[in-house]
Amino acid sequence: MIVLQQLINGLQLGSVYALIALGYSMVYGIILLLNFAHGDIIMVGGYIALLIISAGISPLVAVVASVAGCIVLACLIEKAAYTPLRSAPRISLLITAIGVSYFLENVAQLILGADPRVFPNTAVIPSVTYNVGGLNISLTTIVTLAVAVVSMAALTLLVQKTKMGKAMRAVSEDMGAAQMMGININRTITFTFAVGAALAGIGAILYCCRYPQVKPTTGYLLGLKAFVAAVLGGIGSIPGAMLGGLAIGVAEVVVTALGYSTWTDAVVFAILIVVLLVKPTGFMGASMNEKV
Amino acid sequence: MMLSVKDLNVYYGPIHAVKGVSFDVNQGEIVTLIGANGAGKSTILKTVSGLLKPKGGEVDFMDKKISGTAPHKIVELGIAHVPEGRRIFTKMTVEENLEMGAFTAPSASVEESKEQVFQRFPRLKERRKQTAGTLSGGEQQMLAMGRALMSKPSLMMLDEPSMGLAPILVEQVFDIIRELHEAGTTILLVEQNAQMALSIADRAYVLETGKISLSGTGRELAESESVRKAYLGG
Ligand SMILES: Nc1ncnc2c1ncn2[C@@H]1O[C@H](COP(=O)(O)OP(=O)(O)OP(=O)(O)O)[C@@H](O)[C@H]1O
Ligand SMILES: [Mg+2]
Repeated sequence: MIVLQQLINGLQLGSVYALIALGYSMVYGIILLLNFAHGDIIMVGGYIALLIISAGISPLVAVVASVAGCIVLACLIEKAAYTPLRSAPRISLLITAIGVSYFLENVAQLILGADPRVFPNTAVIPSVTYNVGGLNISLTTIVTLAVAVVSMAALTLLVQKTKMGKAMRAVSEDMGAAQMMGININRTITFTFAVGAALAGIGAILYCCRYPQVKPTTGYLLGLKAFVAAVLGGIGSIPGAMLGGLAIGVAEVVVTALGYSTWTDAVVFAILIVVLLVKPTGFMGASMNEKV
Repeated sequence: MMLSVKDLNVYYGPIHAVKGVSFDVNQGEIVTLIGANGAGKSTILKTVSGLLKPKGGEVDFMDKKISGTAPHKIVELGIAHVPEGRRIFTKMTVEENLEMGAFTAPSASVEESKEQVFQRFPRLKERRKQTAGTLSGGEQQMLAMGRALMSKPSLMMLDEPSMGLAPILVEQVFDIIRELHEAGTTILLVEQNAQMALSIADRAYVLETGKISLSGTGRELAESESVRKAYLGG
C-alpha cells in the first residue's frame, strides 16, 4: 500500500518534470540547443498566475494568461537571442541561453524581490483529498495526472499527425532538406519553442500547486531536473522525455519516503551518471551515429 | 529563358567555390552540368534553391531575380531540388516524405499528387507505411524524386541521381528523367556519370574548379576530345 501511495506521488511529480523535459528535448531535437532559459520560463509562468490570482481575478484567466505568457516569452527569446545565432557555433548559442537564464532571474528579482511568494494553490485546485481503498489521493494529484496525460497525448497527435508536427520532425532530421521541400524553417522552429513553452506553462501551474511558492530562482533546480529527465530519456526524443520525467519523479519521491530527503538531488544526478555510463544516449535516444 | 545564372560567385568562408559562373536553362530543355569532384556543381544547385547566398552575381527564374529569396519561397515558384545523397527523411514513412514534398501545395491536392507519384513509382506505393530509412538505395532515390515531384515543379534540379546505384537502376533513373521531361518538366541535371548525362542532355556545361570551361550541345561535348579524355575514360 505504501509502495503504491509513493508511486502515485512520484508519478504526480514525474509528470510535471516530463512536461518541462519535453520543451528541452524538442528544442534540442530541432536546433541542437540546450535551452537553459527554459526553466526560467516556468518561473515567469508561476509569477504571472500568482499575480493575477492575487489581484482577485479568476484562476482560470490566470492559468490561460500564464500559458500564453510563457509562449510569448519563449518566442521573443527565440527571435531576439537565438535566431541571430542560427549559423553561429553551437557553443555561442549555449552561452547565450545561459545568459538569457540569468537575465530572466535577475529581472524577476529586480521587479518582484528575492523573497519567495506564496502561490495561492487552493484557488486553482481546491484542497480535497479522497480516500480510495486505503490510498490518499489529493485532487491536485488527480488533476496533475489527468492534465499531463491529456497534454502529452495532444502533443503526440500534433507531432505525428499534423502538417506542422511533421514539419517539426522533418526539420529536426535534416534542416537543409526540409528547406528544399518548401518548409519555412524559421516558422517551424518558433512553433517548436511555442509548443515547449505551452507545456512549460502548464507544468508551471501544476508544479506551483504542489509546492506553493514562487521565487526568482524557482526555475533553476526545477529546470535542471527536467533537463536531466530529458537527457535520461534520450534528448531529442519525445517519448524519452516523458519516460525520463516519470523516472526522476518516482525516484525522488521514493528516496524521500525512505527518509533520505536531503539526498534527493544527489540521487537524481547519480541516476543520470549511471544511465549515461550504461547507455550514453539515454533510454530512447537515437544512436550517436544516427543523430547528426 | 527559364533559369538564368549570371556571373555567380559563391564562398564557403574564405573558400571561393564558384567563380563567376554563367549559364542558362530554357523551358523544356534538359541541361546538364558535369565536372569532377569538388568542381562546385552542388554548390551551384544549392545557390539556385536559396540554401546558399551568393556573394556576387544573380540567379533569375522566369525573368525574376530569386537570389536572396528564402528557400521555401523558391520552392513555391516552381523549382524542386533532389539533393545529392537523396536526403530523404529516414525516420518518417514513405508517405510522410511525400507529404513533405507537397508542403507548399494546397492540402486538397496532396492525395491526388501522391497517387500520381505512386503510379510512376509503384514500389513506393507498396512501401507507403514503411519508414523511409529501411528502403534500399534505389528505392530511396525513387522516393527522393517522387518527393520532389509532389510540389509539381516546372524546373527540377537533380544532383547526382545515379550515385551509388547498380547499372540497371541507373538506366531506370535516366528513363524516369526522360519521362518527366517528356511530361513537360524542365531538367537541370548534375552528374558524374558524364556519358549518361550527355546522352540525354540538350545542352551541357563542363565545370572545372568553380569555372565553366566548356559548353555546347550534349552531342558536341560527348564528341569533344578534352571531355572524352577527362570524363568519358578516353
Ligand atoms: N560546407 C562547406 N564548407 C566548406 N567548403 C565546402 C563546403 N561544401 C563544399 N565545399 C567546397 O566547395 C567546393 C565545391 O564543392 P561542391 O560540393 O559544390 O562540389 P561538387 O562539384 O558537387 O563535387 P562532388 O561531385 O564531389 O559532389 C569543394 O572544394 C568543396 O570542398
Ligand atoms: Mg556534389
